[in-house]
Amino acid sequence: MTTQIPTDPWQVAAQVVDPELPMVTVADLGILREVRTDPRDPAMVEVTITPTYAACPALAEIRADLRGALNRAGYCRVAVRTVLSPPWSSAWITAEGRRKLAAHGVSPPGQAAPAASGPVTVSLAATRLDASCPRCGCADTELLSRFGPTPCTALARCRGCREPFEHVKEI
Amino acid sequence: MHGSETTDNAYVALTEEHSGSEDRWAFGTGFSEALAGVDTTIPGHVNRADLSTYCLMLGDDALVLSQRLIEWCTDAPELEEEVALANIALDLLGQARLLLARSGVAEGIGRDEDTLAYFRDAEEFRNVVLAEVPGGDFGRSVLRLLVVATWRLALFRRLVDAHDPVLAAIAARGVNECTYHAEYAAAWTVRLGDGTDYSHERMLAAVADVDPHYAQLFRAHPVEKRLAEQGVATDPATLREEVGTALEPVLDAARLDWQPTAAPGTPPPWGRDGQHTPGLSELLTEMQSVARAHPNARW
Repeated sequence: MTTQIPTDPWQVAAQVVDPELPMVTVADLGILREVRTDPRDPAMVEVTITPTYAACPALAEIRADLRGALNRAGYCRVAVRTVLSPPWSSAWITAEGRRKLAAHGVSPPGQAAPAASGPVTVSLAATRLDASCPRCGCADTELLSRFGPTPCTALARCRGCREPFEHVKEI
Repeated sequence: MHGSETTDNAYVALTEEHSGSEDRWAFGTGFSEALAGVDTTIPGHVNRADLSTYCLMLGDDALVLSQRLIEWCTDAPELEEEVALANIALDLLGQARLLLARSGVAEGIGRDEDTLAYFRDAEEFRNVVLAEVPGGDFGRSVLRLLVVATWRLALFRRLVDAHDPVLAAIAARGVNECTYHAEYAAAWTVRLGDGTDYSHERMLAAVADVDPHYAQLFRAHPVEKRLAEQGVATDPATLREEVGTALEPVLDAARLDWQPTAAPGTPPPWGRDGQHTPGLSELLTEMQSVARAHPNARW
């Protein structure tokens, strides 16, 4: 009870940035789910994260960064737990995260489609894109490629200023 | 030229910055096991051997198709499509890692995802043969992807309620990914099928290539049947109508008149039972070559 913990561990973990989208933190992205301390062991902390995509190559990096940041804040024993369910959704990106993405030229995701029920269908909707240009604000945008440089982004272009930009996929 | 204090060599800087943290060297090659941190307890009533085989089946489908897709790297018709196919391959590899890791845990003799991926021979693979068929031209690759992604999507949507929490979580994650893959492949199927006379001809050839392997997607192996009774697996035979109905509007828009052959006259090898085409051995020879040449290598 007398040991003083230097910093709130959530605050420490929440500062860790995403290695592929370094303008946002793991808390902004909604990857950071829970940070629990142990009342009997003030140097222990358990962090829970949910990967964006199963194969996200940044996940090992994020785990190591979380451990490093919490170690430096005085938590010697750090456990990083991965929870797969419920799966990460782009709806978990915070308002602050969306603001930072847009400020850095990455268009934040629009509304994710509601979970489908009933039989499977394959949509043929061509190049719908729920995004405004992060540079000029123009709403007239088109999808260039459903797949971008990272698993969580697509490539788009503004029909106004003609600049291409990355768009975080709705999932 | 390079004093020990210089850090303008990227590799020197990397090792110094990350010294003591083995997870970090060479970004993107974090070889921590796929289920790190996940509660992998197996529910008591589930048959472990069957669960292990079933996860191998679904994991091998993803692993083998992923390998087929990355064969397009440096060879795709446009850079965007190369990035797309590589991204889809990466998603499938992620699914494969989780499923093979789950298979290894259920098997319980210490085989991990790498052992299962790199140190099994073709006859130990349980993927459906459609996943291993060579990619052929872009049209065949796209049509095969449409069929496999739609079938896998239907399967995963059932498996989100599987009585194995890890399998259910992998399926829930995979639903979003497979939806995206199917939509990508559907757009290209329509563009090529409903394109020029020449592209239409090529898509008809793709249909002829895929057709003999379609029926197998819905043929239940005894392991699948037993697990389906326990609420862990889905009997693939129950997916046939749903998948056919989902594919129909895409094929119609692509002007491809395809009535899949229910029972091919000469049935192809049955992948779920470990029978494969010679193409799988060739694929594995390449995929496994580095791991087998350096079996104890550490990254």
